Amino acid sequence: MPKRIVAGIRNIGHRVIDGVWRLGVASRFFLLVLFKSGTSLRRFNLVIRELYFTGVLSLIIIVVSGLFVGMVLGLQGYETLQKYGSESAVGTLVALSLVRELGPVVAALLFASRAGSAITAEIGLMKATEQLSAMSMMAVDPVARVVAPRFWSGVISMPLLAAIFSVMGVFGGYLVTVVFIGVDEGTFWSQMQDAVDFRFDIMNGFIKSCYFGVAVTAIAVFEGYDAPPTAEGVSGATTRTVVTSSLAILGLDFILTAFMFRGVS
Amino acid sequence: MTSEHLIEISGLNFSYDTRAILKGIDMTMQRGKVIAIMGGSGSGKTTLLRLIGGVIQPTSGYVKFAGQVVHELDRDALFKLRRKMGMLFQFGALFTDLSVFDNVAFQMREHTNLPESMIRDLVLMKLHAVGLRGAHQLMPNQLSGGMARRVALARSIALDPMLIMYDEPFTGLDPISLSVIGNLIRRLTDALGMTSIVVTHDVQESLKIVDYVYFIADGVIAAEGTPQEVRASVAPFVHQFVHGEEDGPVPFHYPAQSYQKDLNLENKRA
Repeated sequence: MPKRIVAGIRNIGHRVIDGVWRLGVASRFFLLVLFKSGTSLRRFNLVIRELYFTGVLSLIIIVVSGLFVGMVLGLQGYETLQKYGSESAVGTLVALSLVRELGPVVAALLFASRAGSAITAEIGLMKATEQLSAMSMMAVDPVARVVAPRFWSGVISMPLLAAIFSVMGVFGGYLVTVVFIGVDEGTFWSQMQDAVDFRFDIMNGFIKSCYFGVAVTAIAVFEGYDAPPTAEGVSGATTRTVVTSSLAILGLDFILTAFMFRGVS
Repeated sequence: MTSEHLIEISGLNFSYDTRAILKGIDMTMQRGKVIAIMGGSGSGKTTLLRLIGGVIQPTSGYVKFAGQVVHELDRDALFKLRRKMGMLFQFGALFTDLSVFDNVAFQMREHTNLPESMIRDLVLMKLHAVGLRGAHQLMPNQLSGGMARRVALARSIALDPMLIMYDEPFTGLDPISLSVIGNLIRRLTDALGMTSIVVTHDVQESLKIVDYVYFIADGVIAAEGTPQEVRASVAPFVHQFVHGEEDGPVPFHYPAQSYQKDLNLENKRA
């Protein structure tokens, strides 16, 4: 029995040490990517090419999800607010929920599943099929040529996708509450304009989505680059990207919200 | 080392953790020759190529390429040195998101300031040399295994390197592609005045085209010589390898306790 307990404690210790070690490796890799971003910034067409794959190809899922989330918010918000005779505030509810929280967070979660997993799989497969080794043997640094452009494309496209998500959400809310239910259009927009502050709401939402963009893409490129060069290794890395990114987004969201909206009424 | 030797390897040892892969390898490779490195799977052949390319560091000993000790170079100097080397990976390792043309043009665009019109001409010339000028618009997933290997060969000679390393270039090819790749290796080496190192276990194909052969077994050089010497060799390992015999110095059976003991026959007899 004591042997089992010792083995269990040792196992926990191993896992903790492995986790800390991996975090250290990931942090070093992140710094390396930043350090080697010169090529991406000098040859910006490399980033633009990746922007198409990470940003443009994610548009459909972001637009459709944003629309539905906004429609559901409008419905639920109207149902609750009308009990208190405040259905005219539904525009405010929809806009603030989206701009402050749901826009950045849900867009980032979708981005992690759609683009993050694709980045990991692509880099992992390039490693497994020796494309990264071949590049290195051609005296071209894979971190500068393959990883950094993908990282920056994610960082750039995330805030834009979050903004599109919020806009579509507001439109979805408008469709349900104003067009279908019949809430007064003037009140819907004017209350929204009155309540949403550019500095505290829109800018904070934008800053959040920038953090999420960095976190998701950094995790995605690291997992891809670090993936064991086998089919099983790449599939494991892709799953880890989605799981770790999602947890990172939710954790970061709490921390950022605590800092940003403390004391804001 | 004389200047006619492009590569000199001396006392080269390499271990993964505590497992020794290469033990005291000494080799010299003459300029303009095709040299084969043969040995069974896991004998350390590919590791040797990675050491020559500076991808991994030796535990002790050194590899000298064109007078420079590879593992002592800093990163920039190593990358500069690698521009003089080409490498053909086992399955080509073509960039799957680039067309055949862009694959061959990759190094030219990365390392030179040549105008696009000149790059176009050079790429078509390299592709013509491997017989695939007409395939320059195809994507790698539209190529057969042999074609992909030829495109990779065109890519590796893009900057006219001094050395090309071939990692198992004959694996998984049909007889025609096999012969085409073999002849290309010989022809390009002669035409461009390069040195070629072919890591392979395809004895018959490689003996047709190479100038010198090293056999590696258990991390040491088990035998070496010209193709004629190798064919005539009576050394047990070389004989077994060249003639593909099932049993010999490389045993058929993985080491195990006695067969009778494993089947519990000894106790029953007693």
